[in-house]
Parts: sequence; C-alpha cells; structure tokens
Amino acid sequence: MLKQTGIPTKEDIEKILPSKQRREKGAYVVIECFEEIPCDPCTAACQYGAILQMENVNDLPEADYEKCNGCGICIGLCPGVAIFVVDETYSEEKALIKLPYEFTPLPNKGDVVPGLDRAGEEVCKAEVIRVQKHPSKTNIIWITVQKELAHEVRFIRIPEI
Amino acid sequence: MIHQVPMLVIGGGPAGMVAALQALEAGVDVVLIDDGIEIGGQLIKQTHKFFGSEMEYAGTRGFQIGNLLTDKLFSFDNFKYFGRTTATGFYEDGVVTALKDNKEYLKFKPEVILIATGASEKPLAIPNCDLPGVYGAGAVQTLMNLYGVMPGKKALMIGAGNIGLIIAYQLLQAGTEVSAVVEAMPCIGGYLVHASKIRRAGIPIMTSHTITEIEGDACVERAQIVRVDENWQPVPGTEKWIDTDLICVAVGLTPLIDLLWMAGCEMKYVAKLGGEVPVRNKQMQATIPNIFVAGDAAGIEEASSAILEGAIAGLGMANFLGAEIADYDEKHNKYWNELNSFRSGPIGQRISEGLKFVLS
Repeated sequence: MLKQTGIPTKEDIEKILPSKQRREKGAYVVIECFEEIPCDPCTAACQYGAILQMENVNDLPEADYEKCNGCGICIGLCPGVAIFVVDETYSEEKALIKLPYEFTPLPNKGDVVPGLDRAGEEVCKAEVIRVQKHPSKTNIIWITVQKELAHEVRFIRIPEI
Repeated sequence: MIHQVPMLVIGGGPAGMVAALQALEAGVDVVLIDDGIEIGGQLIKQTHKFFGSEMEYAGTRGFQIGNLLTDKLFSFDNFKYFGRTTATGFYEDGVVTALKDNKEYLKFKPEVILIATGASEKPLAIPNCDLPGVYGAGAVQTLMNLYGVMPGKKALMIGAGNIGLIIAYQLLQAGTEVSAVVEAMPCIGGYLVHASKIRRAGIPIMTSHTITEIEGDACVERAQIVRVDENWQPVPGTEKWIDTDLICVAVGLTPLIDLLWMAGCEMKYVAKLGGEVPVRNKQMQATIPNIFVAGDAAGIEEASSAILEGAIAGLGMANFLGAEIADYDEKHNKYWNELNSFRSGPIGQRISEGLKFVLS
C-alpha cells in the first residue's frame, strides 16, 4: 500500500507508536520512516539520545520513548521530513501535533487552517498555536486537533488569500 | 597552445569536485573544466536536505554542499577552473579538446584524467512530446531553482523515482499546482519518505499508470494517462485526460560516457547501473591506466555515492601521479567502508549487483 500510494497504513503507524501508558504521559516523537534507506542524521539530532544509534546507516530509526520528551528538535533535522511530535495530554479534548513545514507563507499563531491527513484530504480545522522557525528552514508548526485525529492529521494547507 | 597539466577533471559536479579536493590536498595541481554556468553540477539546484551520513554532508541541503565544496576548491592556489567549457574530444595522443564560451577551443594534455561527466536524462517518445511545455526534470529544476522562473501553472510529473518525487515537491513549493505523479511501475521507485511528503500535501501518486498522448495547439494543454496491466499494456476504458501546461519528464538517467568510448576504455552494458558503464578497479581507474571515473558516469546512483567515489578516485589519481600520501591505505579503506555501508541496504543492493560486472 505505502509502496503504491505513498500513504502509510494504520498498521504501519501502529507499529511505531509507543505504549498506551507512555502516550498518556505526554509528548512523544513519531518517526514515520518505514523504509531502510541510507540515512542517519536523526540519530545525532537528539541531545537526550532518544533516537538510538544505528549499527548500519540503512537501519530504520528507533526511538527510546523513556528518554524522549517531545521537544521536536529532530523534526527540523530529518532529511525525509518524516518526524512529528504528538502530545495527547494537551487538553481534555485536544491533542497537540508538531509538524515539519517547508512552504511559504508560514501560518500565524491563532490561524485556523485545514488539517490534512496522510492522503492530503482535509479532515478537520486545526488551530495553529505556535510557529517555530528552524535554522534548517524546515520550520515546525504546532497545531491542535480533536484527540481522535492525533494520528490522522499530518499536514496543513494555508488557504490562499 | 596545449595546456600540459598533471590532472584534468572533466565535470564539476559532486564527484569531480571531491576528487579535485582530494588531489589538491595531496599537493597535485588540478584543472577542472565544466560546461555549466556555475560550478557544482546538479548540486546547485538541489534544495532538499541530503540523506546519507556525516561524511556525505547528510542533513545539509544540496546547494549548500555545492557552496561548501566550491569555497574549499577556490581556497587552493593550485586549482584552476574553466567554466562554460565543454569537453569535445579525446585524441589518440592523449589530448583533450574543449570548447569554452562557445567560441574558444582549448587543448589539454593531462597526465591523468577524471571523467566525471554525470548523466543525461532519458526522453519520453509519445505523440506531441515536442510541444513547448514538455520538459526534462533537470530543466524544470534549473528554471525554478536557478533562474527563479515558474515553468508552468499546473504540472503533471512523469516518474516516481527520487527525481520525480523531489521535483514534484519543489514545484509545489514554488507555487505550481501538481495534478499527479504518474509511474508505470507497480511501485514507487524513489524513497518512500519523499512520496509520503508529497502525498500528504495532496499530490496523488498513480503507480501502474502511464502517459500516452499530449495535446495542445501551440503548447501543452492536456495529457492522456491510462492504467497499465502487469504486462505494461494499457487497460482499455481507463484513459483519462488531465488539463496541464507542464509535463515534467523524470523517467530515468543514463551515464554520459562518450569520452570514455572515444578514449577506448572497456565498457559494459549493465542495466542496474543505468546503461553502458566503464570497467574499473577499486581505485576507480578505467582499463586505460591514466583515466579514472566517478559519479553517475560510472553508474547511476545518489549524489552521496558520487561524493565517496570522487574521494576514492581523487586519492587514486594523486597516488598515480606519485604524490606522497602517508595515510593512503587508511583513507582509501575509510571511503570504501563508507560506500559499502551506504550500499548495504535494500536500496543499494541493485548497485552492488550491477558492480559485480564491472568492478575488478
């Protein structure tokens, strides 16, 4: 499926998520990298050592969720633009998603924008709560969505003015 | 006048630049000729962050790697560069001719030569493929990323290899709508992370589909796509016309090996390496002892591998010229280990299998 469409399946995603207990504790990294390619900058990106060293540069990345605090530094350093952070404890109804964004114009804090799923379909309205500029020019957008969409929404569209 | 030079590098892309640097560091005088407007080959158009490891500048955007290598090269007094200079011939007496600025012929008599000429794009032969608006992917990147010109308003990308996927993303960044990425193979050929990032931005990737016809009066206006079955045959009833003013062709590359043929190097056809490629040894030395090869001209692969092959070739060439390199073996092995590790995954397997036919 992923190899035909570019869309990871539910099973693909479930395999990389931390335990339920860990998810209830706060923000964590979601590394949507499902193919062994020669690439390892993520392992050096985390100052807490939460992305494990690789034996071979082609290995899939692996997170240590006990060390990960969801800071999101790695989001801006992944060449594949494949790292996200999710916080399901953000509020009663809402989850926080930090996603990489390499387009202009950047959204503004407070904007309500279409939230897109992995197929690029609009599934909700998402509120932008922070725009973090990253020196790598892969900027990081913090959005909130309904909790049940925490693992659906992975992109936003900035409506044309 | 014939320029008598110890080392001539033909091609200023990642392989040629890194090879030149290795030799310069060993004290060799290097002349580099390149047909581009700027030195850097394809690197100067690459706005995405590179994959790989630290040694291949992973995490750095392609054009920044180009700038970095350029600055290093020009910091050497024994480096000489001829831009807008196309190598045109290789003669029996070892003379290389080149045309500079389309008017001045230059002659070089090098002791050792690196052929790092890269690759050329495969064309697409379908009705009306000569209409304005049909571009090779490299041209689209040049227009957008070097000249700041939008090549079209609504694009159709042909080919879901890394180049097709990356440029579809760049078109979107530039403000061009991308209708779809069409790929005749049943699976995406490029890295899946590239595929996922354009898919979630709303670009459909249509595997097992091909383009059959283009229509338009003075330029491209629409294109017909169709689903293909497992025998590559169009499935009747699945034809679909898409309005578009830009067809971007990214259906593969083939090594640019004319100079190697002229020189008389032994060549072999290896499909897994993209076409005719030179037989070479572990120093990247071709079957004619003073000719070395690196990068896509030696087999179609990633820029990261071109960097490592360039390092191996440059080191080998300096050694060939008798330069004193105290840690030659150590460096040579280090670059090979890195290259082997790079190629050791499922993606690199195709390359390793192809190399069995040409690497001695």
